[in-house]
Amino acid sequence: MRKKRLLARPLALLLVLLLCMHAFPQNKVITGKVTDSKDGSPIQGVTVVPKGSRTGATTDEKGYFHLTVKNNVSVLVFSSIGFTAKEVAVTGADLAVSLTAFNASLSEVIVVAYGTRRKGDLTGAVTSVTAKDFQKGEIASAEQLLQGKVAGLQITPGGGAAGGGSRIRIRGVSSLNGSNDPLIVIDGMPIESNNLPGSANYLNTINPDDIESVSVQKDASATALYGSRASNGVIIITTKKGAKGGVKYSFNTKLSLAHLTKYIDVLSADQVRSIINADATATGNNSYKNLLGTSSTNWQKMVFRDATAFDNNISASGSLAKIIPFRLSFGYLNQEGILKTNTFDRYSTALNLSPKFLDDHLSVNVNLKAAHTNNRFADEGAIGAAVSFDPTQPVYAKNNYGGYFEWLQADTKPIDLATRNPLGLLDLRHNTSGVNRFLGNIQLDYKLHFFPDLHVLVNLGLDDAKGKGNDNIDSISATNYKTHGKFTYYQQEKRNTLTGISLLYSKEIPSAKSKVDVLLTHEYQDFTTYAYNYASFGERGNKDTVPGSAPQFATDKPEYRLESYLGRLNYTFADKYLLTASLRRDASSKFSPATRVGYFPAFAAAWKLKEEFFSNSGVISELKLRGSWGITGQQDVGNLYPYLARYSRSTNSAAEYQFGNTFYNFLRPVAYDANIKWETTTAADLGMDFSFLNNRISGTVDVYHKKTKDLLSVVPVPPGSNFDITLLTNVGNMDSKGVEFTLNTTPVRTGTVTWDFGFNITYNTSKITKLLKQSDPNFTGIDVSAVGGGLTNYIGKFAVGYAPYVFNVYKQVYDPKTGLPIDGLFEDRNRDGQINDADRYFYKKPAPDVLLGINTQVTYKQWSLAMSAHGTFGNYMYNQYNSNNGVLRAVKNPLLFIQNGASNYLQTQFTGSNINEYLSDYYIENASFVRLDNINVGYNAGKVFNKKARLRVNASVNNVFVITKYKGLDPETSDDKGLMFTIYFRPRVFTLGASIDF
Amino acid sequence: MSSSIIKKLLLAAVPALLVTSCAKKLDLFPQNDLTSATTYATAAGYKSVLAKVYGTLAITGNTGPAGAPDIAGGLDEGSQVAFIRGFFNCEELPTDEAVVAWNDQTIHDFHNLAWTSADPFLKGMYARPIYDITLANEYLRESTDAKVASRGITGADAADIKKSRAEVRFLRAFNYWVMLDLFGKSTFITEADGIGTYLPKEISRADLFNYIESELKAIDGDLAPAKTIEYGRVDQSAEWALLARLYLNAQVYIGTPKYTEAITYASKVIGAGYQLLSGYGKLFMADNDKETAEIIWSINCDGLHTQAYGNTTFFVHAPCGDDHNDYGVGGGWNGYRATSALAALFPKDGSGNIDTTGDKRGASFYTSKYKATSSQVVIKDVSDFSNGLHVKKYINIRSDGGPVSDVTNTFSDVDFPVFRLSEMYLIYAEAFLRGGTGADGATALSYLNKIRWRAYGDSYGPGNAGQLTSGNLTLQTVLDERGRELFWEGHRRTDLIRYGLLTSGTYLWPWKGGVPSGTAVDDKYNLFAIPATNRTANPNLSQNTGY
Repeated sequence: MRKKRLLARPLALLLVLLLCMHAFPQNKVITGKVTDSKDGSPIQGVTVVPKGSRTGATTDEKGYFHLTVKNNVSVLVFSSIGFTAKEVAVTGADLAVSLTAFNASLSEVIVVAYGTRRKGDLTGAVTSVTAKDFQKGEIASAEQLLQGKVAGLQITPGGGAAGGGSRIRIRGVSSLNGSNDPLIVIDGMPIESNNLPGSANYLNTINPDDIESVSVQKDASATALYGSRASNGVIIITTKKGAKGGVKYSFNTKLSLAHLTKYIDVLSADQVRSIINADATATGNNSYKNLLGTSSTNWQKMVFRDATAFDNNISASGSLAKIIPFRLSFGYLNQEGILKTNTFDRYSTALNLSPKFLDDHLSVNVNLKAAHTNNRFADEGAIGAAVSFDPTQPVYAKNNYGGYFEWLQADTKPIDLATRNPLGLLDLRHNTSGVNRFLGNIQLDYKLHFFPDLHVLVNLGLDDAKGKGNDNIDSISATNYKTHGKFTYYQQEKRNTLTGISLLYSKEIPSAKSKVDVLLTHEYQDFTTYAYNYASFGERGNKDTVPGSAPQFATDKPEYRLESYLGRLNYTFADKYLLTASLRRDASSKFSPATRVGYFPAFAAAWKLKEEFFSNSGVISELKLRGSWGITGQQDVGNLYPYLARYSRSTNSAAEYQFGNTFYNFLRPVAYDANIKWETTTAADLGMDFSFLNNRISGTVDVYHKKTKDLLSVVPVPPGSNFDITLLTNVGNMDSKGVEFTLNTTPVRTGTVTWDFGFNITYNTSKITKLLKQSDPNFTGIDVSAVGGGLTNYIGKFAVGYAPYVFNVYKQVYDPKTGLPIDGLFEDRNRDGQINDADRYFYKKPAPDVLLGINTQVTYKQWSLAMSAHGTFGNYMYNQYNSNNGVLRAVKNPLLFIQNGASNYLQTQFTGSNINEYLSDYYIENASFVRLDNINVGYNAGKVFNKKARLRVNASVNNVFVITKYKGLDPETSDDKGLMFTIYFRPRVFTLGASIDF
Repeated sequence: MSSSIIKKLLLAAVPALLVTSCAKKLDLFPQNDLTSATTYATAAGYKSVLAKVYGTLAITGNTGPAGAPDIAGGLDEGSQVAFIRGFFNCEELPTDEAVVAWNDQTIHDFHNLAWTSADPFLKGMYARPIYDITLANEYLRESTDAKVASRGITGADAADIKKSRAEVRFLRAFNYWVMLDLFGKSTFITEADGIGTYLPKEISRADLFNYIESELKAIDGDLAPAKTIEYGRVDQSAEWALLARLYLNAQVYIGTPKYTEAITYASKVIGAGYQLLSGYGKLFMADNDKETAEIIWSINCDGLHTQAYGNTTFFVHAPCGDDHNDYGVGGGWNGYRATSALAALFPKDGSGNIDTTGDKRGASFYTSKYKATSSQVVIKDVSDFSNGLHVKKYINIRSDGGPVSDVTNTFSDVDFPVFRLSEMYLIYAEAFLRGGTGADGATALSYLNKIRWRAYGDSYGPGNAGQLTSGNLTLQTVLDERGRELFWEGHRRTDLIRYGLLTSGTYLWPWKGGVPSGTAVDDKYNLFAIPATNRTANPNLSQNTGY
């Protein structure tokens, strides 16, 4: 070694001298050797370029390089695959440079708020999931790609509706009356989460096949840059981009079949007959017996079907004219819902252009996405009707209501409040819509010519969604027989525009071992809805307006705006100590000029323990300690003008008052709180990222504590003090704590077999700590969670000391012999001789304590087998189906028709005449579950078609099974309140897929 | 950093600073709403607010029949915060005149005389009058002479607004009377109080009585003379009628009899030119807005323009089942009936059924349901709608045979009569019998006989059975006549309290106190409980004794 070096030096010097004689006098020659920091061995193929230039040299097999540069070059950049790039000051003509092999996972670039960071440099709690790890199978809506993949993230699909959406929660809830949905940012454009009429779900217009990665920002330091919208976490979706090089095509196709495997446990026709007959014998009253039919109809099977979906995507990616990287894709999805008549179609296209101009000083990134979806919504009331409709009746009967059997009065008109024929509900309603959505933004990144450390960034975005549709109920339908059907056209447009300008200064100061970057941004975002209101028509006469449906205003334009300034400083010292500080100032049109400005600071620090203490360890690949603290805000409360004293008019012609012979519409002063302001959440997080044995074992652990104060709550106010008895105002505090743990392992890694196994587990607890401005020892809480029983009963409360929506119930008394509940008998907890409100107690809650996600994959040669599961523990559900339908009163409806009951009735024999039955703790059931979401088998056929293309095929089963103690249909509900009557049943889905790259 | 770098930084910051500040652009106002300045810029704006102050007694929000409710708070818009329905639940359900079959939350507590401070129906019935008072105060703040003048409204428009101010003060007094009668005290707010989250004061029963009395007297000069204002608005006669009702109950309200004053004001109304019209049933039909000869003030409902589930739409649905066509509606709600005690006030025929050959008012519940089997007059099971008397008093059918305004036969056209002449006759007679001066027995008897003449079909019936003689002139006769003439119009609870019969064991009716044969209950039930949530929100409010 030494000898070679001795020889090399004079040789290099000689070369330099020779070059100097012939070269331009302003040039100089630099030589040197690049070695691996680990063992000093030479590295071949390292690119060496003067900073700011693209032409340079590469090292030879012995690690030597030789380069002629201009005299003023002071810094060289050394880069090589598998090594961390390094900038080295030119201190002489001969350089010895050592490069450090990097941990591939640590150098992965993660999208964070307003930029990207290397994973190893993150200071906040951020989890990124890339396309290869997405949930497999037929997935129509983007959020479902993340199911079970991220600790602290709960995704709960609303049900099995075609194109349907999910509830998303990050680290539990932090608001009572405000939104608990995280902010979604797509390619730098924060989008509006409120749904559009005519759209099944606001995320289903984004084609999951276009998504490159999804990054979940959990702690305050990761989210605080989004200030007033960040309290519930932020999900950043990044779509696929083009790459330099020749054009490559990719095509994939999926065909799936959805099949229902589980139905609600209703009574059979014979059971209903025997119940009614026995009751007639007992009471001597034959009025219900006379209504019994002779059929045996399985209404659930009548309304559900096997459904198919066909999903095709094609994309092209490469460089246009060799200079403009692009990606263009088209997708077409055709999905049937398992509920008859429900369909969803999506045509989508996405274009990304990422060219660079002006000698690479100007980077342009254009993202354009457009989608058209066609929806046909089934009347989901048919599901509730199917589980409640008398099974002794036939589907069809001779009548004036389309031939569908209906409960009629003596005058042959339908009984007003009777359950309607489930199939009639579906067949006689035609509710279709079309939604066009355009989501696009252009990002300019200009690196100043005279000062390249400084970038000027511009981000201009537009999200425009327009939905329109027709909801038509046939004139022969029993549901609207009085108006001879009901024909309604609807239309709405939502437009969200963003303008942002930023300055980014980044500087590395090798002498101080420091790296600094500073971001300053000014941003302005407007959210406008253009609502159009129309009357409904019936088919009586010449298409009469349905009484009361004529709107007062043809249009409405709800709007809100946000103006923000933000600044962020990232500071790295010695590549071991990382510091981030940020401050956002948001002003929202939802609050008064005096209260609308909010400041949201955050700080975070990370310490790379590996580099500090174990830099030479081969066992420890990464060890990093992180801590953060920050404040985020909340302003998404539905009411866009809660501070304004204003008058609103009657919305329709059915709200007027008669003086003389004239009807006058109303002007009503609206309740308001002039002082309303931000709800703020202060959050602290302590985390550690670790990785051992060259990434065979890696993971993250985080503990967090969130405190929300000045909750935007709807609370009782003194009657007479305002124009309502409750008011949206800032009162109340909430506290959430949790621990998250993620572990990914590769137990087996050989040349042919790899087995990956990972899981994440989260413990979270939330508690209301304050609810009223004044204290009242008799105050038990605010009623929430309306359940059935004639009029509204409330099964849940917001109560101090408990989780939101804690159940507030009567304690059921059981027969000690049979173990069965005794009808109408509850514990008199205060022993005052009567059962009333004061005897209710707090029992369980709907939110889980523990979330679990499990993922595993085995690859053997070209084969792969993957599975993923998720589960929740400690969550309870109110079995509203049993409480409503598991009683005799439901079967013998007081309005004189028969309904089907829950088979639970056979055990309890509840009459349903006791009102408190609805509020019995008997119906609060443990809804903990584990669901195997997906099994996927893949085969990589490699090169096919004369080696011109690569082919992969795979087969999936989604929603394979559920393990739970819950006795109802499905333990998973997207309802925060934990109530379940019925949902849109979730089918098991079988998918076959193939993809070809060429 | 060198100074040149700082210079460059500053230079580059210019574009960022050039972005104009958007602070002004954050002041947004909803497209279809108005500020108070724009609301009251025109006389039409005043009228629309006035319509709301009146209309909040008829419907529940700014969208008919439901939606955009005035009062939220987790209450059911149709059944718990509607004035007419709530007032009916409080005034009729605790008495012999009504029971309910439904199982809605605490609704059975009303007939059982067992309500608590947690009752959601009471919460709604406390909220509705106070809400209307809050609206009235807002109107009064905005309609002072100075403000009207400053907005350039003059002449007839200004004069009408001045008149409407007095009407709004009447409506405020009426709502306070409701509070006085049901709760015995009230949250007290006037136009001097603002809007916010402050804690209003409470007013005692005696002070509230005095306030209502003084307000009514104070507006006498500003209200339109009796029988001169357009339909639906109040004039002097409504003010006198409310004073007469207030004085009749003064012994209960403040422990001081004011029967002489009751006679004075009842006589003023009687002297204003009202007369009983022929045909009792027409007073409660879809076209009863024509009956201004007898009805002094009504809360107006309309099947097309004034839709709600808690106005008279409730009266034409709740008491019927498959006999709904007799009520002029497309379906029944199978809920409210009367106990046999109401039937007992009417003459019986030989087979024990109500004899409608004489007193036609009994025809109101002489329905097919009752006639089919007479056993149905007895309620064996409260939740069985086939037990009990269907009360067909309010019907959505026009007396002139014309079509009602809602072609779907869902929403009612029937206006709810708050004050009508019969009540004034009955007040006169009762106040006389209770020792008021300024009246005489012969006149009292003649007033009662006018009512009975009309009841028997403009005659005294076969053998003049309907005619009362001086020997019949007793307080019990007046109470029974009130039962027959004013049933289901929202008087019964107040009447039974005045006679000491609501809670005592002196008079029992089926299911009083929750038992089939009836039982006495605690005297605390002469007043309703102050809703607990209101006391939580406003510690200034005190609870009634016993709750």
